[in-house]
Amino acid sequence: MASVHMETNGREQPTTRAAASSPTLAGEEIRGTSTPKQEANRHSVQLRVNGQLHAVDLDPRTTLLDALREHLHLTGSKKGCDQGQCGACTVLVNGRRINSCLTLAVMHEGDAITTVEGLGTPDRMHPMQAAFVDHDGFQCGYCTPGQICSAVAVLDEISAGIPSHVTVDLAAPIALSETEIRERMSGNICRCAAYPNIIEAIRTVAGGRP
Amino acid sequence: MKAFTYERPGSAAEAAAAAVRTPGAKFIAGGTNLLDLMKLQIETPTHLVDVNNIGLDRIEPTDQGGLRIGALVRNTDLAADPRIRRDYGVLSRAIVSGASGQLRNKATTAGNLLQRTRCPYFYDTDMPCNKRAPGSGCAAIGGLNANHAILGASEACIATHPSDMAVAMRALDANVETVAPSGASRSIPIADLHRLPGKTPHVETMLEPGELIAAVTLPKPRGGVQLYRKVRERASYAFATVSVALIAKIEEGRVTVDRLAFGGLAHKPWRVEQAERAVAGSDAAADSIADIVLAGARPAEQNAYKLPLVRRTLSATLEHAREGASR
Repeated sequence: MASVHMETNGREQPTTRAAASSPTLAGEEIRGTSTPKQEANRHSVQLRVNGQLHAVDLDPRTTLLDALREHLHLTGSKKGCDQGQCGACTVLVNGRRINSCLTLAVMHEGDAITTVEGLGTPDRMHPMQAAFVDHDGFQCGYCTPGQICSAVAVLDEISAGIPSHVTVDLAAPIALSETEIRERMSGNICRCAAYPNIIEAIRTVAGGRP
Repeated sequence: MKAFTYERPGSAAEAAAAAVRTPGAKFIAGGTNLLDLMKLQIETPTHLVDVNNIGLDRIEPTDQGGLRIGALVRNTDLAADPRIRRDYGVLSRAIVSGASGQLRNKATTAGNLLQRTRCPYFYDTDMPCNKRAPGSGCAAIGGLNANHAILGASEACIATHPSDMAVAMRALDANVETVAPSGASRSIPIADLHRLPGKTPHVETMLEPGELIAAVTLPKPRGGVQLYRKVRERASYAFATVSVALIAKIEEGRVTVDRLAFGGLAHKPWRVEQAERAVAGSDAAADSIADIVLAGARPAEQNAYKLPLVRRTLSATLEHAREGASR
């Protein structure tokens, strides 16, 4: 049974914390909610993140990404574009990858959320994390948590028989090819262009090559 | 993002009623388009009615031998459903040609139909846009309009509808089932769901305030070779410049067009039934079909390339069908 971690002790604290931190656009918007009139519009939500329950008190505007980063201080998930283009914010919700910047935290009460921190730790890395290290699947590393979460889900999607744009035969089992991996990873941008090594890392985990 | 209040009702009827109870309310399902627009303050709902808890997330057979797709079925699940892959391949193909894996996992059937245009001037709040700010003008006419409509546009708006899924549904003669705040339900042919821009491009569908899409129904399978060919500026994760949804019958090397619809050309999925009738039974020739489809086309300054591109994309799709390939 997961323990409940209380994010705050009092009502005022979340607003103070948001005002003190967050250089982000969303943080700026949250600061705007500290007027007495709008303070009433807050929602208590229990988020189950990496197996642990967190009770958080949120403005409903808070995206899942901002809740993870600014409220739970899980800063592995990154804010790149904040509009679903880059994939740096990719997390797993009930085992499926989504852009955490394009969903509201209040919509995820009871969902099982896994961030890159929940996949593995520096001492006990997830095979996909280890493969990214082995194959140099990054340069600056900013997109990497999203790439890794996405890659883990991609292999599950192929196993589950979910077709992609490059799947030739909709009726046959899906072959785990480089073409399939490239197409399925197109929602994760790497401006350092570590793509060849990212593909190698994913293929290694998939058992596609030694 | 502007402040809003939030609720999560437990049924479609409650959701429809909740949406009219608060002026300025909107439904939120996947949220991938709405939240993007809310961050830019292009959409400024005062209240969000979260419909993720109202069921409507199943794909079920209909008495007519077709399928009823719940409004909340995710794009990924719709594309992957074995019945869709087997009997409605054009729909599966169209869905996986759009967006990214992350977005398709979140985006819903109803939300995909109701997504807004990606016209850059609709997104730029410093520029005129009759769709975003009625009466302000259209910056795309005379502006950057390479990706805009060549058919069905107006002096007020030349935006396109961005959905691939809707193009396949148009070819398949889908129907959209809705629930009104009064509890009344109705069925709308997908041909009638989206409106052409005319003088009111901000009114994009025929849905009434608070009317909620509950499902999309597909008639019984049409068989044939079902293809979706999408041309875009990069190989993945981009909107169509031109797309073709084709259902064709193949007999002794002859390709006869059964259903044909286009994306990227207009304010709604574009289908010209007259073109289907004109070539019925005969071996399909792209140019004669395109002549009919493109009659009345009025390209803007930068998108006349779509005229030959329609012909070539159709030709390539017919050729693909001729090869008897499955895609």
